[in-house]
Amino acid sequence: MLDNLKILLHQGKQYIPDVTKAKVPGIFRGKPVISTEKINENELMEICPTNAISANPVCIDLGKCTFCGECAFAFPHKIKFTTDYKIATNDRNNLIIREKRYEPVQLNPELIRKEISEYFSGSLKLREVSAGGDNSCELELNACGNVNFDMGRFGIEFVASPRHADGIVITGPITENMAEPLQLCYDAIPEPKIIILAGTDAISGGIFEGSLALNRSFLSKYAIDLYVPGNPIHPLTFINGLLELIKKRK
Amino acid sequence: MNYISIRNNQAIPVHSIPELEYSLFLEQNVFSLLKGGASHCVNYFGFPHGGKIRLICCIADDEQHSINISSSVVDVKQSLPSFSKHKLVFEKFEREIHENFGINYVDHPWLKPVRFPFNRAAKDSTIAGYPFFKIESEELHEVGVGPIHAGIIEPGHFRFICNGEQILHLEIQLGYQHRGIEQLFIQKEKLLQRVTLAENIAGDSVAGHTVAFVNLWESLCNFQPGRDLQLGRTLALELERVAVHTGDLSAMCTDIAYQLGSAVYGRLRTPVINYFQIWCGNRLAKGLMRPGKTNFPFTHELAEELTRLFDEYERDFEEISEELFSLPSALARFEKTGVITTEQAAIIGTVGMSARMSAINRDIRSSHPHDLYPELQHQPLIKNHGDVHSRGRMRKKEINQSIEYIRELIQSLSKNVHRPGQLAGLSRGSFAISLVEGWRGEICHCAITGDTGELIHYKVKDPSFHNWLAVALSVRNNEISDFPICNKSFDLSYCGHDL
Repeated sequence: MLDNLKILLHQGKQYIPDVTKAKVPGIFRGKPVISTEKINENELMEICPTNAISANPVCIDLGKCTFCGECAFAFPHKIKFTTDYKIATNDRNNLIIREKRYEPVQLNPELIRKEISEYFSGSLKLREVSAGGDNSCELELNACGNVNFDMGRFGIEFVASPRHADGIVITGPITENMAEPLQLCYDAIPEPKIIILAGTDAISGGIFEGSLALNRSFLSKYAIDLYVPGNPIHPLTFINGLLELIKKRK
Repeated sequence: MNYISIRNNQAIPVHSIPELEYSLFLEQNVFSLLKGGASHCVNYFGFPHGGKIRLICCIADDEQHSINISSSVVDVKQSLPSFSKHKLVFEKFEREIHENFGINYVDHPWLKPVRFPFNRAAKDSTIAGYPFFKIESEELHEVGVGPIHAGIIEPGHFRFICNGEQILHLEIQLGYQHRGIEQLFIQKEKLLQRVTLAENIAGDSVAGHTVAFVNLWESLCNFQPGRDLQLGRTLALELERVAVHTGDLSAMCTDIAYQLGSAVYGRLRTPVINYFQIWCGNRLAKGLMRPGKTNFPFTHELAEELTRLFDEYERDFEEISEELFSLPSALARFEKTGVITTEQAAIIGTVGMSARMSAINRDIRSSHPHDLYPELQHQPLIKNHGDVHSRGRMRKKEINQSIEYIRELIQSLSKNVHRPGQLAGLSRGSFAISLVEGWRGEICHCAITGDTGELIHYKVKDPSFHNWLAVALSVRNNEISDFPICNKSFDLSYCGHDL
C-alpha cells in the first residue's frame, strides 16, 4: 500500500490542465500557412503523395494531406506547417487551406444539428470502428483516454457496444471487407447519432485512395458530423474538435 | 546446389535465381535447406510469370548469416504436393499462394482463405462465408467475438469452442483490414507515395516497415547509406521497441485490472512517442525515414534531450516494474497462462519476441544484422516458459537492453559520416530482400523489377503472419476470461497481416 502511494507520488502531475491551450512539444506539423510567393505550382503539386495540393491559388486539402511536410521542405517560403493542432471541423470545405488564410480552422455552427448540444454536451459515448485503419489513429484514440489527455473528464468515452453509443468514430479508408460490419454497427446505434471521421485515411482514403480493396459507399449515405485530420490524428485535435462540437450553444 | 545464397539487403539479377523443377524445389527447401532451428523460411510467394506462376522461396540460414533463394515455375491448373505436409511452417504461405492464384495443393491440411484479397482467385468467395472448424457436441458451445471488438482495436473475428468456461479451440479469422497494399506499391509510382505506403502498413511498426522499405529500395538503387542515415534508422527501431513495449505493459496491466501499472506505464510511453514528435514532427515517426536521405538529421541537441529523457524514464520504469513483477495478484494471472511450448513454437515457426519467449533464438539483429546492428553486437534475450509472464518479462528486459543500445548509439554520434549522393534509378531485372527485426519480430520485404527498371512485384511479410497461430494455440485449456491477457501479451498486428 505504501509502495503504491510512493509510486503515485513519484509520477507528479501528468494531466494536461487545459487541453484547449496546451502547447505541443517539438516540431509538430499542424495547420499549414501558405504565402503568396510566386513559385512553380506544378512542381509543388507534383511533390504531394496524395494530390492534396491544388494550384491557382495554391490550396492544401487537410482531408487528403498526410502531413509528411515534403512540400514545406521543397518550398520553405511558400508553405509552413504551424503547431496549431486545432484543425477539426464539421465542414469539409473548411479543411481546404488557401493562400493567405491565416484564421483558425473552425466548426460551422449552422451545420451542427440541434440535438447534438442538447443531448451530448457533457456526456458523449462513442463506438470506434477501425475499417482498414493502420492502428496509428487507433493508438492515438486510446491515448485520448490516458492520464495525460484524460478525455474522460469531459464525459467523452469509448464504449464496448453500439447499443450504448451516441455515435461512431471511423478510422481507416474503409475496406471492402469491413463495409458490412461497419454498416451493421452503425445501424445498431440508437438515434440520434453522430459520425466522426478520424484521420486522413477515413476522410479521403489518404494514400490508399484508388485501391480496389476499398468500399467507401457508406460515406455517401450520411452527413458527417466531424472531420478530424491527421496521419495519425493528434489527441488534442480530436478532443478539441469534439469539445467544440458538443458545447452548449444558444 | 540449386539456390543462390545472398546477404540481407543484397540485390541480385532475377535470372541468377535458379529455377527448379517443382519436386526438386520441394525436396531442396523442405529437406535440405530447412533443417534444425538455425534456419527458417522468411518468405515464400508467387508472382505471375508469362502466363504461369513463379514461386520464390527464401530460407534464412541464421548461422551463416545468409538467405538461400530458389524458384520454380508452375502452372495454375497443376495440382501440387504441398510443403506443409512435411513442415507446418509453410502452411500459411501455401494458403496465401492458393488464395491469390488458385494453385491447388493436394495434401495441404486445410487450404483456408487467409485475407480475402480483392484480387483473389476465387472471386465468388466472401469474408462472411469463412469456413470455420466445427465440433459437433451437446457439451460444447461456440463464442464468436468480432470483427469489431469492445475497445479501440482493429477488427478480426475470433471463434471459440468452449467446454464450460474452458477454451477447447480458437480460430482467428482475419482479412478485414485488407487495403491492397502490395498492389498499391506497383500502382502508385512516385517514390514518396511508396515510402508513405510503407509508413502506413502498420502504424505501430512505422520504423520497422519503413526501414525495411528504405533499405530494400537503396539496395535496388545500388546506394550505400552513410553512417548518419544508419544511425537514425537504428535509433528509430529501438525507440519504437521501447515505446510499444511500454504501452503493451500498460495494456497487460489493464487486462488484469491493475490500475496503477496501467496508468504509470501508459504515461511513461508518452515522453517516448513525444520524442519522435520533437525529432520528426510525428509521434509515430511517420516522415522520419526516406530512401537516400532524411529530412530530420539526428543532432547533438537531440542526443542530449534523449539522454535526459531516459534518465527520468528509467527511474520510474524500474520502480513500477519491480512492483508489478513481485505483486502476487499480478503473477497469479501471468504465470502459466497462455503457454506456447518450445516444440509448438518450432512447429509453427514463430518469429521475434514470440519465438524468444519460448526459448527459440531468433532475432534478425544478431542473425542478419543491418544498419548499425553489427556494431552493437546484439545478444538476443531468451525466456523459457512461453507464458504471459515470459512475454511481460521479455518486454521489460528488452526495454532495458534497447535503452542501453540507444545510449551506445548516442555515444557514437561523433563517428557519423554523411555520404552525399543521389539515388539512381532501380536496377533492371533485379530481386532484393530486406529483413528487419521490428519490435514484434521479423519484417521481410521483397521486390522484383522488370526489364526497364520498373517495379513489377512487391511482397510484404509482417511477423504477425507467422505468430497469429501462436495466439490461437496459447489459449487452449485456458479460461475464456484469460483470452484478453493472452492476446495482449502477443499484441499482433491485424493490418500488418491483412495488408
